[in-house]
Amino acid sequence: MSNHAEQSDMRLHLKIWRQPDADSPGKFVSFEKEKVSPDMSFLEMLDELNEGLIKAGEDPVAFDSDCREGICGMCGLVINGQAHGPRRSTTTCQLHMREFKDGDTITIEPWRAKAFPVIKDLVVDRSAFDRIIQAGGYISVNTGNAQDANAIPIPKRNADEAMDAASCIGCGACVAACPNASATLFTSAKISQFALLPQGQVERKERAIQMVSQMDFEGFGDCSNYGECEAACPKDISISHIARMKREYVKAALTTA
Amino acid sequence: MLPFLTAAKSSVGKKYLMALTGLFWVLFLIIHLAGNLVLLSGHSDAYNKYSHFLLSLGELLYVLEFILLAFILLHIYSGITVAIGKLRARPQSYKVQKNLGGASRKTVSATTMIYSGLLLFIFLVVHISHFKYQVGVNGDYTTVIGGVEMHDFYRLVYDSFSYGWYVLFYEVIMILVFSHLRHGFWSGFQSLGVNHPRWSPFIDGLGIVIAVVVGFGFLVIPLYIYFIGGA
Ligand code: HEM
Ligand code: SF4
Ligand code: FES
Repeated sequence: MSNHAEQSDMRLHLKIWRQPDADSPGKFVSFEKEKVSPDMSFLEMLDELNEGLIKAGEDPVAFDSDCREGICGMCGLVINGQAHGPRRSTTTCQLHMREFKDGDTITIEPWRAKAFPVIKDLVVDRSAFDRIIQAGGYISVNTGNAQDANAIPIPKRNADEAMDAASCIGCGACVAACPNASATLFTSAKISQFALLPQGQVERKERAIQMVSQMDFEGFGDCSNYGECEAACPKDISISHIARMKREYVKAALTTA
Repeated sequence: MLPFLTAAKSSVGKKYLMALTGLFWVLFLIIHLAGNLVLLSGHSDAYNKYSHFLLSLGELLYVLEFILLAFILLHIYSGITVAIGKLRARPQSYKVQKNLGGASRKTVSATTMIYSGLLLFIFLVVHISHFKYQVGVNGDYTTVIGGVEMHDFYRLVYDSFSYGWYVLFYEVIMILVFSHLRHGFWSGFQSLGVNHPRWSPFIDGLGIVIAVVVGFGFLVIPLYIYFIGGA
């Protein structure tokens, strides 16, 4: 990518959603951002914008981030109508300004879902996900020393699929991208990762039922199999996990006492 | 067992029932199409005997009709709740929303399911009241084959499709049938939890084939009668 070094600084028009809190109405505010280096990350670009705002005595734009290396799931913006922006399999924090060109208008919105109320500007409250996890995303383990991991035989395919499911970072892009604002991909990944492993068997049935009913209770939409979630997911979680969740739920619903 | 209503009302159960009822109707459409292709043969007796046979099933026919009616109502009810739930789940919509491509299956067919579905329902009401209950049909459509008096459905169908606007109405609807099944077929299997590296490509392909065969099969019948058969 040698030509990136030669790409000169850009001037961008930003349209950013600003909203004081969940109960107040929000609106788009325009900013002109000069001297954006293509090597900056998207969040560094926003950091610079905020430094300017702070120096000018204005309120900086609130947005979330933590690790900034694509593993924690805290960041997440809808950039020009795409959750986590234009680059596939990439979190917002791993997106770089080289994806944009000089003179571009960039519209930045928060995840929009009733179950993810806006806290401020671009920051949303994703504790609905935490409550889904609390409803069943755990396993029982005895206290004492852990046994040797190799003592439990697990077919390679199951281990691989469970690992794929477990790579979900809980960012919420699936909800943001879904036309129905459905949390089915997230919930299915969390159900799958345990359903596939021996350690997950004890609570298997209750888990499927409780996590699905918590998900419904939180006010997410239904799954219409649009598949936008998988396309938006920075970890490429497959909708085959959704199919597994449906099997898990139906089996559990028919067989729990 | 989880109480049936609790399970059926959950997001998973609802789509499960929707898929079962939808796929049952797909099966019905295939059989219905096969029966009606006899119309293209030009053998009026064969077609009338086939419909007479169906009517002679008596109670069995009522049971089948009841299942079809109950299933479509359940299907429509779930379809409407999905569409309403969608509005509730995102009260503030995006200013910009772009399709993501890649793994996405958000086709025009997929995003218009509720519209194609509702129009299909209107069609079903018109279609059934016209051909089954012969609402607004004038004239005597009976015939005698082998000494048995029976409905002359063959002539009724041919006369009905001699009107251009009626043919046009069917054509539009059959394109919607194609569209509904193009997303509906694979989606139904996914909702039932069938997603498998070996079988899914086959189901996806079969869905397209069925959408084309059913949609265009029913599309050809009125066109054929209007332009060729009626002559
Ligand atoms: C000939 C009749 C029909 C057939 C064969 C049929 C078939 C199907 C199938 C197989 C599905 C996939 C189910 C799934 O995604 O799990 C589906 C979905 C759907 N159908 Fe139908 N359908 C018919 C009539 C209708 C009618 C009358 C409506 C009226 C509202 C309707 C509305 C919908 C909607 C909204 C969906 C998408 C559900 C979603 O977004 O999750 N359908 N249909
Ligand atoms: S499934 Fe993907 S998009 Fe959804 S929360 Fe997990 S990592 Fe994020
Ligand atoms: S900040 Fe941790 S994933 Fe982006």
